Amino acid sequence: MTEESHVRANRWKRFSDWDERPLRLDKFAVEDASSGFAAFNSPDDPKPGFAMGKGVVESMDGVAVRDFDMIDIFISKYHLDPEIAPEAMAMPSMEVARMLVDMNVPRSTLVRLAHGMTPAKLAEVVAHLSSLEIAFAYGKMRARQTPGNQGHVTNAKDDPLQMAADAATAVAFGFDEIETTMRVARNSWSNAVACAVGASVGRWGTLFQCSSEEAEELKIGMAGFTSYAETLSVYGTEKSFIDGDDTPWSKAFLAAAYASRGIKMRCTSGAGSELLMGFHERKSLLYLEARCLCLQRAMGVQGTQNGGVDGAPVTCTVPGGMRELMAENLIAVWLDLECASGNDARATESEIRVGAKILPYLIAGSDLICSGFGSILKYDNSFNPSLLNGEELEDYLVLQRDFEADGGLTPVGEAQIMDLRARAVDAISAVLEELGLAKPTADMKQSVIAASGSDETRTFSGREVGRISETIFARSITVIDVIKALAARGFREEAENLLKLVRLRVSGDYLQTSAVVRDGKIVSAVNDPNDYRGPGTGYRVSEARREELVAIRDVLTRQEVLRGEAQFRPAEVTRIAYRPVGPAAATGNPREVVIGISPAFGVKLFQTLAGHPLSAILRVLIEGITEGGCTARVVRMLHTADTSFLGLSAARLAGSGVGIGIQAKGTAVIHQKDRLPHNNLELFSNSPITKLDHYKRMGLNAAAYARGEMPEPVIVPTRGEAMGSRYHARVSMIYAIETEMTSEGAEPEEIDIKFLGAAA
Amino acid sequence: MSDKPLSVADYPLAERRPDIVETKTGKTLDDISLDAVLTDKVGLEDLRITSRALRQQADIAKAAGRPTLAANFERGAELVDVPQDVIMRTYELLRPGRAGSKDELLAAAKELRDVYGATGVAAFIEEAADVYERRSLYKKRY
Repeated sequence: MTEESHVRANRWKRFSDWDERPLRLDKFAVEDASSGFAAFNSPDDPKPGFAMGKGVVESMDGVAVRDFDMIDIFISKYHLDPEIAPEAMAMPSMEVARMLVDMNVPRSTLVRLAHGMTPAKLAEVVAHLSSLEIAFAYGKMRARQTPGNQGHVTNAKDDPLQMAADAATAVAFGFDEIETTMRVARNSWSNAVACAVGASVGRWGTLFQCSSEEAEELKIGMAGFTSYAETLSVYGTEKSFIDGDDTPWSKAFLAAAYASRGIKMRCTSGAGSELLMGFHERKSLLYLEARCLCLQRAMGVQGTQNGGVDGAPVTCTVPGGMRELMAENLIAVWLDLECASGNDARATESEIRVGAKILPYLIAGSDLICSGFGSILKYDNSFNPSLLNGEELEDYLVLQRDFEADGGLTPVGEAQIMDLRARAVDAISAVLEELGLAKPTADMKQSVIAASGSDETRTFSGREVGRISETIFARSITVIDVIKALAARGFREEAENLLKLVRLRVSGDYLQTSAVVRDGKIVSAVNDPNDYRGPGTGYRVSEARREELVAIRDVLTRQEVLRGEAQFRPAEVTRIAYRPVGPAAATGNPREVVIGISPAFGVKLFQTLAGHPLSAILRVLIEGITEGGCTARVVRMLHTADTSFLGLSAARLAGSGVGIGIQAKGTAVIHQKDRLPHNNLELFSNSPITKLDHYKRMGLNAAAYARGEMPEPVIVPTRGEAMGSRYHARVSMIYAIETEMTSEGAEPEEIDIKFLGAAA
Repeated sequence: MSDKPLSVADYPLAERRPDIVETKTGKTLDDISLDAVLTDKVGLEDLRITSRALRQQADIAKAAGRPTLAANFERGAELVDVPQDVIMRTYELLRPGRAGSKDELLAAAKELRDVYGATGVAAFIEEAADVYERRSLYKKRY
């Protein structure tokens, strides 16, 4: 035993490392059904049940009709189909669960059964499914076949110029719906006008919502600026509903009012809202949400914004929380509702949890995968940050490409975005001027067009925005005035686009379930129903759509890599000359180390992945060998480009029996003539982080081995960089250039190296 | 035109049945052009949905197996001609604690039925009036 510290550490330091990760900012709650913290099961959840006598409901989910609260009354009267209920309620829940994941059972069969099921029954069935099964069933049961997405467009200054630019940008990325809200309530009219104008740039058909106080929102809709609403929240307990300042009847009345104004509408509900409001009645999150969803179908709304939504963060604190959010979305689509499937409020600080949360929806598809993807930066999101935001939008585009899954968005090039942003800013500026609302300066406009977020804009003050907004309201400006202003100032295409959107109201086609506009046509659950029946059916990414999805920016091509390499040739020829002097033979000099270079080394490729000129690499390798008391000889291998064989072939030519093999990309090895090919002395495998000094020391060590010594191996320190993701695409292309130049059995060629004046 | 209910084959009406889509003022979708807006031949009134269109959509919703959505469209059809302030007043009255008694809701229902012919919505409000009484919602909340 050695005399070391007797003070025993009381903590594995890995825990301290973990403490520093973003994950630990997330707080988790213990499962506690009596306090409402239970995802799927609570002892207080009722058993599914339904009894009828003489054609009237006598009890539902264990509650006798005389004890019904207003939610029970509404569901039993307007949701439950008495023709189907006896049959559906008698079916074993496990059997129904298996039908949900059976591709041979048509969606329509299951939708019919759901119309005869009580909230407790629906919850009990989906609780039998694993997360994978829920995702699969979701993909099968969602109403519209073609998936879509919805984005938030807001900014911290309520700046109409940025609002318009960001709306146009969101439209370009492909959002089917965009939604705005305000930092200051009185700015709603300005936001509405700006988003409506911005969304008319580039194409028409993106539906637009301005989330504000119920009465105000309907007024803005009446003025023609918005085309949908989703702020009608419902709750799963009577007390929460009343605290939410509504009843099922008041909300159903409002739903009818929206229909009467030709405005698309969905309700909002999600796990955790009753918990946050303090009236959970000790029921599980899923059971309460099943009540909300039955209620929504009962009200006759076409769809729901569902999946936690604002309650998602608290739901994700309990065990099974994310699975629960998927389960409630499944109940929504099983009930045949359009589903804007949450993935909205940012439920975690962990990017891993974010990615895991979104994946099932991305691959299953959803009417609107996010009920608010933050198309803007987090700090500009006036709804609070979303699960995915402007910062992460490209990550999402890449996920679509990775999984060949249609997440509703499309990559857009930089030049196109700049054009659209400029056009949108010019269009809203023209409208503000034409209507006598404001005169944006050139500087304001320029700052907004380029800005990633409102921190970077020089624009209207909060007071000015308030004045613009109040003037729009006071003068009763409508969408007709805005269309005229656009046309008067030469924005005829935008005027047409905006008019087409408002004109949707006349036929009301977009009021049907899951309706969006694609390429100027209405696509909904009526004319694009999900007919998934297994492989080869349902939504498939078409060849044309796939081309869009894969077209992310900065994709390497072999031509570009070659062109890039060729750029280094002119400088290299001023630094080094490689002169072939015939076949290489063994010399017998015991102090000789041979450097075996690869076929393209200095011929087609001129620098390592770390960016070192190959002349510099050879210079330091030779220096190291020479300083180590040996002589260096350079030989080009033409039969192989593999590092191990380059090294071994070099070692067999060397009088010392020690050789260095090096590829043009910088991967290098020290080898010895009697070793197995892949059992070398030293290897530099991470060429992108290998420095000149490492190569110098490799030369020194090679000389030491040649002298029969055992030197300290040179270690290239890594910090865990994902070398593969950073370099492997380029490496493969570069390596292909090397292998193409090899020919079987070709003899090594002796190279006379001459370093020229200009050192790198 | 027959009274045969529309089916999913007629949907979207704007594409499949433009012949039966018209505004309250008798204009067709083609009449709603930018030039018509710029020359004041078309205004916001022409861009409103009609009760007929909502009933047509109700037919389609029923045919697509969505009876509750159809019922909402039918309630909506009854509210098309109800002025905005009456809509907002009625909605406000339906919120918890706004009506001090059942009679206020019954009066609102009567107005909708008698003045606007909104019989379905009126019955819906009368039903709410009963439920609110049962659940003691006629009490002041603020």
